[in-house]
Order: sequence, then structure tokens, then C-alpha cells
Amino acid sequence: MSVATPWFLSELASGCVALLLGLSALAILIAPRRHGSQLIYGACALLTGVLAVTALLALLAPPAARAAIQLAVGLPLGRTLLGFDPLGAAFAVIINVATTLVSGYAIGYGAHAREPRRVVPFYPAFIAGMNLVLLARDAFSFLIGWEFMSLASWALVVSDHASAGNRRAALVYLIMATGGALTLLFAFGLLAGSAGGYEFAQIRSAAHGAAPLVLFLALVGAGSKAGLVPLHAWLPLAHPAAPSHVSALMSGVMTKVAVYGFVRIVFDLVGAPSWWWSIPVLLVAGVTTLLGVLYALMEHDLKRLLAYHTVENIGIIFIGLGLALAFEASGLKSAAALALTAAIFHAFNHSLFKSLLFLGSGAVLHATGERDMERLGGLIHRMPVTALAFLAGCIAISALPPFNGFASEWLTFQAILLSPQLPQWVPRLIVPAVGATLACSAALAATCFVKAFGMTFLGRSRSAAATQARETDRWSRGTMLLLALLCLCAGIVPGFVMDALAPVMQMIIGTRLAVQSSQPWLRIVPIDGARSAYDGALVLGMIVIAALAAALIVRRFASHALRRSAAWDCGFPDASPATQYTAASFAQPIRRVFGTAVFRAREHVTMPRPGDTSPARLQVELHDTLWEALYLPVIRVVDALAEWVNRLQFLTIRRYLTMVFAALVLLLVIVGAWR
Amino acid sequence: MSIVWLTQLAQVVVVLALAPLLTGVTRKVRARLLRRRGAPLFQPYRDLLKQIRKEVVVAENASWLFRAAPYIVFATTWVAAALVPTFATGLALGAAADLIVIVALLGTARFMLALAGLDVGTSFGGIGSSREMMFATLAEPAMLMAVFTLSLFAGSTELSSISAFMLGPHAGLNISLALALVALIIVAIGENGRIPVDNPATHLELTMVHEAMILEYSGRHLALIEAAAAVKLLLYLSLIACVFTPWGTAVAGAGALACLLGVAVYALKLLVFGFLLSLFETAIAKMRVFRVPEFLGVALMLGLLGTILLFVSRAPH
Repeated sequence: MSVATPWFLSELASGCVALLLGLSALAILIAPRRHGSQLIYGACALLTGVLAVTALLALLAPPAARAAIQLAVGLPLGRTLLGFDPLGAAFAVIINVATTLVSGYAIGYGAHAREPRRVVPFYPAFIAGMNLVLLARDAFSFLIGWEFMSLASWALVVSDHASAGNRRAALVYLIMATGGALTLLFAFGLLAGSAGGYEFAQIRSAAHGAAPLVLFLALVGAGSKAGLVPLHAWLPLAHPAAPSHVSALMSGVMTKVAVYGFVRIVFDLVGAPSWWWSIPVLLVAGVTTLLGVLYALMEHDLKRLLAYHTVENIGIIFIGLGLALAFEASGLKSAAALALTAAIFHAFNHSLFKSLLFLGSGAVLHATGERDMERLGGLIHRMPVTALAFLAGCIAISALPPFNGFASEWLTFQAILLSPQLPQWVPRLIVPAVGATLACSAALAATCFVKAFGMTFLGRSRSAAATQARETDRWSRGTMLLLALLCLCAGIVPGFVMDALAPVMQMIIGTRLAVQSSQPWLRIVPIDGARSAYDGALVLGMIVIAALAAALIVRRFASHALRRSAAWDCGFPDASPATQYTAASFAQPIRRVFGTAVFRAREHVTMPRPGDTSPARLQVELHDTLWEALYLPVIRVVDALAEWVNRLQFLTIRRYLTMVFAALVLLLVIVGAWR
Repeated sequence: MSIVWLTQLAQVVVVLALAPLLTGVTRKVRARLLRRRGAPLFQPYRDLLKQIRKEVVVAENASWLFRAAPYIVFATTWVAAALVPTFATGLALGAAADLIVIVALLGTARFMLALAGLDVGTSFGGIGSSREMMFATLAEPAMLMAVFTLSLFAGSTELSSISAFMLGPHAGLNISLALALVALIIVAIGENGRIPVDNPATHLELTMVHEAMILEYSGRHLALIEAAAAVKLLLYLSLIACVFTPWGTAVAGAGALACLLGVAVYALKLLVFGFLLSLFETAIAKMRVFRVPEFLGVALMLGLLGTILLFVSRAPH
């Protein structure tokens, strides 16, 4: 095979994006028709499937296959370049694998939409925008794609505009997205410099004076989209507001595009990092991880809980990125490759299990009409398939072996254990603390998902709607099971994912991890066999064998008698389902241990007077301290300013004329002084 | 090759066979310290045998998860225990799973058991699950921090390597190691539901944590869960023995005699640790539930301190 063989991968990918945009236009026409939305979602699944394969080929193929294509449109002074490089291709695989399955789910789920015209046309445009960001090889197309993604997802958030909560969510999202895009615009402006070379290749070759400022802008711009604390405020509002398959895309997939934006700017475009860059990243990531999961624990709305968990997982990804920055700046290349691999692997894993969990919550929402866990329960009996898939997602997100969340967190831990090699003492002080936060958050996440699964699917039904729930449709069940299977597969053969990420490491770090597929069995050995190794497949195999052995012993020697009977009731029969533990009571110990400091949690008990038969009341007071400390003051200032400026609207004509005259004089004075 | 697998197989059997005996020893010692006669040493075996012969009573609305959980809990705990070197290092499966995996496997077992506690929908299951998970949110990171300390010290997260390093000439007394040991002991007490965190012998519902979670279990299911609890206690004691008192353990590829000696030494270590555990338990009163986080928080802080000291004190290499 000759080197010059054209692969047409960039053409194929760009063509798919164009088709997605076309699909968006077509959707306006056919969405209201019968099967119209199913057709669109099916086409989306097909196109993103093609995109996923294309991106995988681009990732693994020789560099010649990744030639960019040039479009005729673009900035007057620049060109529009599209094509996958290893970094873009890796993230394109991540987002398109999840998007394919989510679109497949939507074939079934989207049929329930009340107003498909408000959802279906924006859905392909949203996917197209995300893919355009990853295909872009110049800043201009990157930002176009970014804004496409933001606006389309905003339209999807506001699709159910009847509820005031959704309108508020959409407003907050719009403001945050605008701010984020603006900072990215500035970042690229600084990178392009006065010469105005907006192509990535030009930016890479230029020297950058204001690199720390670019880091800050990227952290704000990409971080606000990804959900880094304190810029996370819109996630728990906007992600749940959208229809569930869109929530899955926003939470599971779009945040990865934001991570990509950060990696692209900070690791690829800016050039060699300084060691201290890792410090703000690690600090923000550590705080994000811990606060994200604590917020999630206090939440009783299933979809909001999942959105807060995205905040936590973004923190974990950024811990990996911060470590990679620190290692790279100190020339510890293989350690940097390990940390970056862990981060991108976790991004992949999160895209799988978060999509799965949001799809599961969508199935629950459709079956019961409830998102509040306090009104669910017992769904494992009525929705067994959804429950099984959701359970797999819960185990995966709680970083428990043998699922995939554990594999990537294990790699992150291994990277943390390499950091005593860092020459600077500041990161050496911070990294163990970050490691402790990561360890804490893993345990807290497990608690949170015991709560989420336990309150939703286990126990007795807490409302009539939960009692009458029905299993969801075939498409939804199938895609959820597929996602669960992918979570398991990525967990038991993580070596393949690590090997697939090798071109990315070559491109960014300049070295790669050892080839994992040559290890015995399916073992992964990030650094050195004597140091650490993990074999997910073998661990799973051992668990299965041990469980089978236990089952065999029981079968051979134990009594097989089984009797169904009432639960132990302490002599008070027919207890109502209200006597069960609720989500609030389950989280109460955590609230008492962590909440008093973080949320200023207070409990108020109102006891009736003696002889009074009215019930006693327990009220819990929680504060969103970050919102109150950071956002409310800004909102107040903006309100006050708007109030003040608003007076201009109601002046007499004489006043307006005076003001016009005064402005003219002022400008003339300025111009005069200038000259 | 084959000797490694043989050792591994022996280890799998040994942990399961010895675990109820260890429980029996701790109960016996405790009873003697309280001037009771106590049940015979082999009573836990009889209890297990009795339970698996009994009919299982399952609550009416229990799901498949309730019936599957005991098997998963038992299997994961057993696998985790089989990965900790007891009488010989260099296990065949040791390279597949390091100390972090062992901690996480115990996490999987706890996760399933907590879910099973919520499955029937009674208050006791809820209270047990909720409190067990609350303890875990501090105990698991504390354990991981102790693991970090050990692995930074030995330059490996694998137990065989750590154990070999501790036997080697480079290991000396170190303040971080002492901190990790204390943290590990506190975690072991907390995770196994021993006094002062929880009382394995209590049957007063409101004071129970672990026992409340498994209140609905009976028969063979209960036997599996109790066996898993015994194996877990053995695991923690083996872990401490393997890392902090590695003397006498047969090294990889040693002959049959060394292995026999290893078994004898291991049994002795377990006996001593079991005795110390019972002694500690009789000397202290049970804590209120909300004092436990402070107790476990101490372990977390000690583990973190040990790690930070190692991070700061070690010259980059």
C-alpha cells in the first residue's frame, strides 16, 4: 500500500457534519409527521456511527490519512481547515460512540415528545456543532462549531418553555455560554497575536507572550462549559431541563467537547507549559470533585443529581489534566502520558455511563412522570431491564471494579503516586491533598448512587405513579443495555483504550505508554510490572468463578427451601411505604458530617405542645453557598445597574436632545485631545 | 509457574477455611476476658452449617437483587482476601490486582450489600445502609491514604512487592509507616463493624449498623454474608500482618517446608492479632453513631499526613 493513498477521512467526516445540518433543516418539515422524528433520530444514529468509525480510523491510521481539507468559505484573511488530528479524532470517537447510542434510544424515546418540532430540528444541529469543534483546524471554525453547539443546546433546553424553571435554566445557560465563548474568543485572539494567524498550525509555531492569560481564559471558557466549580451553576439547571436524551448528550457528551477545548488550547496550542500552571488546575479540579459529589448527595431530583455528578467527574478529568501539566512541565514524559491517558480515558468512560444514567432517568421519567426520588421506589419489579442497565451505570460511576470507572480512576491514582518525582515542592504538597479528595469523592459517589438506585428502583413504591410504571420501549432498552455492556467492556479490557490513545500521547507529550496489548492476559501495566498492574478481565473472571463456587456449594449442601413472607416489622404490621428510608433520610448522616460546613445545613425541629395532637415537624435548611456568595452579588449589581440605566428610557425630548449634544461635544473634545 | 498457581490455590482455600476460626478465636478471647466461658472455638463453623441447612425466608417484595447480593458480596470479598498474601508471597493472581483493587473490591461488596439493605423497604435496612455508607465515605479514603503511604514507601502498589520491600534492607522505622499503621487499624475496626464503631453481637435494632442492613436475610443467604464478614476480618488482619510483620512469610517459589513454616507463622500472627483485637474491644465502650465520623476522620487525617510527609521528604528520583 503506498503512502500517498488518499483516505478521504476528513472529507467523509465533514460530509457527515454537512448532512447532519441538512437533516436539521429537513426535520423542520417532517418532524410533526408520523414517524418523522424517528426517521431523523435514526439518521442521526447512522451518521454519528459513520463519524465514530471515521474518527477511529483517523486515530489509528498513518498521519497521511489525516490531511485536512480546505473550504471555500471562511475569514477574509484566513482559510477554513477541517480534518481530524489524533487529539480531535480521539474525542470524536468519544462523543460519537455515545451519541450514536443516545440517538438510537431517541428513536423510541423521542416518539413521546409532545412538541417534536421544538426538539427534533435542533438535535442534529447540536451534534453537528460538536463534531465541527472537533474537526476544526483553525480557531474560526472552532468557535463557529462551539457557538452552534451552545445555541442548539440552548434551544433544546428551552424546548419545554412552559415551566418557569426551564426558562430560568435557559437564561442562566445562555449567559454562561456567552461568557464562555467570549473568553475563548479572547484566548484565540491572544494566541493568534497581532499577525492574525488563526490556523492551529500557525498558532503552534508562533511564540506566545501572554500564555498564563491564555491558560486562565481557557480555564474559564472551557471550564464554564464543562462545569468546573464555581462556573458549574448552570449544569444542574440546564441539563435536567432538556428532554432526557438531550440531557444525556449535554451531560455525557458536550462536556467532553469542553474538555477537548481545554486540552487543545493548553496542551497543544500554547506550547510548553510552566510548572505552576498545574496548581490552579489541580486546585479547581480538587474542589470541583468534592463539591460536585456533595451537591449531588443533597439532591433528591434524579436528573439534577446526575448533573451534579457530571461536575464531580469533570473534576476527576481535570485532576488528570493538571497532573499531566505538572509532569510535562518538569519533563517527566511517561508520567505525563499516564496522567493524560487517565484523563481522556475517564472522559470516555464518563460519556458512556453518564449517558446511560440519563437515559435510565428518562425511562423512569416517562414511565412515572416523576424525577423526584422521594416519590419513586420499587421500579426494579416493573422496569427490570432499565433497572439492570441503570445498576451497571451506578457501579461504573461509583468507580467499582470490574466496570470502567474504576479503570480510569485507578490510572489517575497511579499518576498521583508518581508525583513525588516532581521537583517543585508546591505541587508535591497539593497532589496528596488532591489524591485524598479523589479518594473521598469515590466513596461519596458510591454512597450517592446507593441512594439514587435504592430510592428509585428498590424498596416499595412511594407514589401511585411508581406503582403503575411500565417498562420502556425496545429501542430504549436495547441502547441502554448496549451502553451498560460498553461500560463493562471498557472496564475489563482497558488496555485497548490505552493503546488507542497512544497517537494522542505521541502528538501532545511526544512519548507514549508501553504497548498494553503485548502484556500477558489482558493486564494493563502503566509504568512497570513490579510497580502496579491491573487485569480487569481476570478480576471479573475470579469474581464469577468465586460466585459460581459459592452457588455450587449452596446447591450441593444447602437447603433449597425458600418461603416468601412479610418483612420483619417489629410487631407493627402493615407499615405504610412512608416508613421507609427516603432520599433525605439516607443522606442525613452525610449532611451532618459534611453539610454543616459546606451547605450551612441546619435542622429545625418543631414539637407540638404537650396534649396537642398536631404532628411534629423537622425542617432542613440548606444553602447553596457558592450561588449565594458568588452569583447573587453579581446579579444584584447587574440589577441595580439595569435599574439605573433604565431611567434613560423615560426622558423628555429636550433631555434627549441635550444628551445628544453633550455626547457630541464630548466626542469632539476627545478627538481634539487625541490629535 | 505451577508452584505459583499451587500457592494461589492453597491461599484461596486457606482464607476461607481459617476465617470462621478467627471469628471463633476473637469471640472466645472476648468471652474469657469478660469472665464468661464462651462458645467453643469451632462454633462459627457450626453456625454456618446450621444456617445453610435452614429454609430461606424472603420478604414478599424482595427483588432478584436481594437474592443475588449475598453471592456477589461473598465472591468479591473472597477474591479480595485471596489476593492478600497470607503464608507466601508471589501469588499467581497478585499481578492482576494491586492494593487499590483490593480496597475497591471491598467497596463493590459494600455497595451491593447496602443496596440489598434498601431492597425490602423497611426502616432497618435503610438505617443500616445509610450508616454503613456514611462510615465508608471516611473509611475508604482513609484506607486509600494508608495504601498511598505504603506504596510510596515501597515504590509499588502490589502487596507482594510491598511485603518484599518491608523485609528488605531499605525499610526502616519511619513516621509515615507508623501513621499508616494506626490509620489501617482504625479502618479495620470500622470496616469490620467492631467495637467501638459497631457491635457485631448486638441485637438491639437501633444500635445496629451492619446487622440492621442484613436484618432481612436468613438461611443460606445469611450464611454467605456471615462468611463474607469473617473473611473480611481475616483479610484486614492478613493485610496488616503481610505489610507490617512480614517475617516468616514464605517468599515466591520457596519449597514446601518454607510454606509449611509460613502457614504456622501466619496462624500465630492471626492468633496474636485476634487476641489484641478482642483485648481492645473489651477495654472500650461503643461510640454514638455521630462520634464515629470523628474516629474515622482521625484515620483519614493520619493517612493523609503520612502521605504528605512522604511526598515532601523524599528526594525526587
